[in-house]
Amino acid sequence: MEKELGNVVTERILPPTEQEVSNEIDVKVKKYMRGEGANLEVLKDKKLKGQLSAIEDLYGKSAKAAAEVEKWLMPSEGGYLETEGLEKTWRIKQETISHEVDILSRRNQHDIILPALGPYSIDYTSNGRYMAIAGRKGHLALVDMKDLNLIKEFQVKETVRDVVFLHNELFFAAAQKKYPYIYNREGTELHCLKEHGSVRRLQFLKNHFLLVSINKFGQLHYQDVTTGSMVGSFRTGLGRTDVMQVNPFNGVIATGHSGGSVAMWKPTSSAPLVKMLCHPGPVSALAFHPNGHLMATSGAERKIKLWDLRKFEVLQTLPGHAKTLDFSQKGLLAYGTGSFVQILGDFSGAQNYNRYMAHSMAKGYQIGKILFRPYEDVLGIGHSMGWSSILIPGSGEPNFDTWVANPFETSKQRREKEVRSLLDKLPPETISLNPTKIGTLMAVKKKEKKTKKERDAEEEAAVDAAKGITMKKKTKGRNKPTKREKKKHEIIEKAKRPFLHEQIKEEELSRKKSRLSEEVELPKSLQRFARKKTAT
Amino acid sequence: MKVKVISRSTDEFTRERSHDLQRVFRNFDPSLRTQEKAVEYVRAVNAAKLDKMFAKPFIGAMDGHMDSVSCMAKNPNHLKGIFSGSMDGDIRLWDIANRRTVYQFPGHQGAVRGLTASTDGRILISCGTDCTVRLWNVPVPTLNSYETSNNSSEPLAVYVWKNAFWAIDHQWDGNLFATAGAQLDIWDHNRSQPVSSYEWGTDSVISVRFNPGEPNVLATSASDRSIALYDLRMSSPARKVIMRTKTNSICWNPREPMNFTAANEDCNCYSYDSRKLDEAKCVHRDHVSAVMDIDFSPSGREFVTGSYDRTIRIFPYNGGHSREIYHTKRMQRVFCVRFSCDASYVISGSDDTNLRLWKAKASEQLGVLLPREKRKHEYQEAVKNRYKHLPEVKRIVRHRHLPKPIFKAAALRRTIIDAERRKEERRKAHSAPGSISTVPLRRRRIIKEVE
Repeated sequence: MEKELGNVVTERILPPTEQEVSNEIDVKVKKYMRGEGANLEVLKDKKLKGQLSAIEDLYGKSAKAAAEVEKWLMPSEGGYLETEGLEKTWRIKQETISHEVDILSRRNQHDIILPALGPYSIDYTSNGRYMAIAGRKGHLALVDMKDLNLIKEFQVKETVRDVVFLHNELFFAAAQKKYPYIYNREGTELHCLKEHGSVRRLQFLKNHFLLVSINKFGQLHYQDVTTGSMVGSFRTGLGRTDVMQVNPFNGVIATGHSGGSVAMWKPTSSAPLVKMLCHPGPVSALAFHPNGHLMATSGAERKIKLWDLRKFEVLQTLPGHAKTLDFSQKGLLAYGTGSFVQILGDFSGAQNYNRYMAHSMAKGYQIGKILFRPYEDVLGIGHSMGWSSILIPGSGEPNFDTWVANPFETSKQRREKEVRSLLDKLPPETISLNPTKIGTLMAVKKKEKKTKKERDAEEEAAVDAAKGITMKKKTKGRNKPTKREKKKHEIIEKAKRPFLHEQIKEEELSRKKSRLSEEVELPKSLQRFARKKTAT
Repeated sequence: MKVKVISRSTDEFTRERSHDLQRVFRNFDPSLRTQEKAVEYVRAVNAAKLDKMFAKPFIGAMDGHMDSVSCMAKNPNHLKGIFSGSMDGDIRLWDIANRRTVYQFPGHQGAVRGLTASTDGRILISCGTDCTVRLWNVPVPTLNSYETSNNSSEPLAVYVWKNAFWAIDHQWDGNLFATAGAQLDIWDHNRSQPVSSYEWGTDSVISVRFNPGEPNVLATSASDRSIALYDLRMSSPARKVIMRTKTNSICWNPREPMNFTAANEDCNCYSYDSRKLDEAKCVHRDHVSAVMDIDFSPSGREFVTGSYDRTIRIFPYNGGHSREIYHTKRMQRVFCVRFSCDASYVISGSDDTNLRLWKAKASEQLGVLLPREKRKHEYQEAVKNRYKHLPEVKRIVRHRHLPKPIFKAAALRRTIIDAERRKEERRKAHSAPGSISTVPLRRRRIIKEVE
C-alpha cells in the first residue's frame, strides 16, 4: 500500500526542468485561449452542454498545440539588450551596438542625407520588406530594405504630405498638394482621387481594403480601393489636423485635434464612436499598441499620456513632447521630437513604461515621422534632411507567419496572397470598438414593460399601503381632524406620484415616436419642408 | 552589455533549389491576425454562398421502363447495381455508374410490387399483382461490365400463391423472406409455399421490412392504418399501433436497430422506438402530400423520402424538418427512393417511368479529391457550422427554391396548422383550467396501441 502511494507521489512531482517547461506552456496556453471559456455549469440543457463542452475541449487542445509549437518549433528568438553593473540601456549608443551585432544587421543602421527635398515621410509594407519615402518637395521613392535596393524614384513636382502602401508593395498612395494619387511600383500614376481633396494624412485598412484620408477641411474619407466606391465621408467638425492613426486591433480610425480631443471613427456612422478630451492643448501625435488596448497621445503641453482603451482611463502620464509616436510589434513606444528619439519599454508587464533607449541625431534635423519596421529590430526615421534607420533590439516580432506577412515573399506567393486577402475582404460594417463581439450572442433584453393592468394593481397596492399608515398623536392644537385629514391626503398623493411621473414619461415617448413616424410618411415633395433631423 | 537583434539570412528562410517547395513558417500568435473573428465570419458567409452555387444535386435520369417505376431494391453485394420494377411487369438491373440497363428479368404478368435481394446478393426475389413470387439469378459483375451473354434470363423458380402481393423483404441475415398481401407470409427460398403466415385483422398488409439487427423481427404496415411488429420465433404478432392515417412504408434505422421511421399518408414521417409505441420519438414534417417511400442512409444519420407531391426530401434522423429538397420539372409522383450503399447518392423512381440519380449532399465535389481540396472542404464546413446560427449564414444555408404549387401548398398547410393551434389555444383559455389538455404532436396521430 505504501509503495503504491509512493509511486503516485513520484508521478505527480515532475523533475524541476519538466515542471518549468509545463509552467511555461501553461502561461502560453493562456494567450492562445483568447479569453475565458464559457461557463457551462449554469446550463440546464444537457444536449447543448455536451456539445459546448466538446467544443471547449477542442479549444483547449488547439491552444495547447499552438503553445507547444511556440515553445519548440519557432525558428528565431527575439532581440534583447542587457546591461551589466552600472551600465544603463538608455546610455548605449548606436555605435556601441553596431560593434556587437553581425554585419547583416549593421546594414540597418544608416543615414541617407537628402537635404534638398525636405522633410521626409516614410511607410513600410506589412511584411517589413519594402519602404516608401515621400519628400515634402515632391520626391517619391520605393526601396527594397532587404538588400537596400532602390526600386524606383521619381519627382512629382508638387508638395507631398504623406505616403502609404496599399495591401502590398505594388501600389502606394501619396497625399499631394491638391489630391491624393495612387501609383504603382513603376511610378506610374494609376488614379487621382479628387473626391478626397487636399489630404493631410493617409491610412490604409488592410483587412477592409479601405483608404482613409483626412483633408485640410477636417473631412474624413473612406474609399474602397477594390471597387473604387466611397464608403463614407464625414465632416469631423473639429478642424484641420494631420494626426490620424488606425487602430490595428479593430480598424477604428482615431484623429487628434487642436482642441485636445481624440475622436474615433468607423466608416458606417457620421458621428464619432468615441470623443475623448485627452489634453488641454492640441494633440500632436497618436499611436496604438498592436493589441489594441493601449493608446499613446502627446499634447502640446509637453505631456505624453498612455490610455487604457477598455476603460478610457489614463494609465500613465510621462513628461515630454512628441512630434511623432509609434508602438513596435513587441510593445516598445518610440517618440521623436526635434532631433531626438526616445524609446520607452514596458518591462514590468504592468503597463508601466520606462526609458529604454535614446538616440540623438545631428543638430538641426527635424524629425517628421518615426516608424518601427515590422518583423525587424529597426526603427525608421524620416526627418528634414533625409531618412535614417537605427537598431532597437527587442522591438520586432522575431517569427513571421508565411500566410500572414512574409518578408521573403516571392512574386507568386504575393499574387496568391492578394487573391486570398481579397476573398477574405471584410465589409466596412465589421469595424467596431470590440471586434471580438462578432458571432456572439446579443445581451439579454431588459425586462419587458409592465402592462397597464399590472401598473394599476401596483398603484392600488401603494395607495392602500399609504392609507393604512396610522398617524401619531400629536400635541394639542396639532392634532385637529382637518390637519390630520390633510396630512393623510398628502401621504396618499405622495404614494401616487411616481406612477404619475411614469405615465407622463411614457406618453411623451409615444408622442415623440408618432412624430418620427409622421416624418417618414411625408410624401416626397414635402419632405424638404420637414424639420431636419439633428445629427446624431 | 549583451545585445542581440533579429537577423535573418535569406538562405535559411528560402528554398535551396528552384524545384524545392517554398518553406513555410508558422506563428499562431493571435495579435498577428487582427480581426480574426470577422475574417472567419466572412469566410463562413462565403462558404455558405459557394455551397449554394455548387449545389447541383441532379446527376442524371435513367430511362427504359415503359410504365411507372413501382419498386426498387439495392444489391447489398454490389455498389453499382440497382434493381427496379415497373407497373407493366418489367424488372431491370441498372448500372448506376453508366446509367444504363444491364439486365432485364421478364416474366411478371401484372405490376411488380416488390423487389428484394438476398443477403449474399446472388438471388433477386420479386413479387407482383399476378399472385406470383419469382426468384431470379443475379448476373455476376466482372471488372468493367456485367457478363452480357444474353441480356435476359429465366426465373430460378416461380411460386404461385392465393393472393396478389404488395411488398416483399428479405432477412438481413438468413434464408427467409416475407411477402405482404392479404396476410403476412414467410417464405423459404426452396419451398413453393410459405413456411408460415400471420394474420391480424382482415385488412391487407401493404409494406414489410425486416429488422437489420435482429433477423427474426419485422415490421409491417397495413391498410387498417396500423403498424405491427412481428417476431418469427413466436406464433402470433407481437404488438401494433393504430394511427389515424395509413402508413405507406417503413424503414428501420440501421445504426439504432430498435428505431424505425414510418412514412405516413398525412404528409409526415414518424420515428418510433419499437419498445415504446405509444409515442413517436420524432415527427418529421415538410412534405405537402402523402409520403410514398422511405429509406435510411447506411450511416443511420439521415433518411430520404419520396412523396406524392413530386419531391424528394432528406431528413436528419432526429430533426423535425428536412435538410434538403430535390425536384425537377419532369419528375412526377415519386413511388420509391433508395439511398446508395455508400450513402453518397439517392435514387428515385417515379410515375414518369424514369429512375433519377441524385447526390446526397447537393454541393459535394465528385471524383477524387486532392488532400488540399479535402482540407479546404473540411475547413469550409467547419466555419459554416460555427456561424450557422448567425442570421446571414442561416438564411443562405436554409434557402431553397421550391416549385410554385409546393410553395403554395406548404403555405396553405402552415396556415391551417396555425389556425388549428390558435383555435386550440383560445379554447383552452376560455374553458375551465385543466378541462382541456393538449396532446403533443408526437402522440396526436396515434389512436391506440394493441398488444
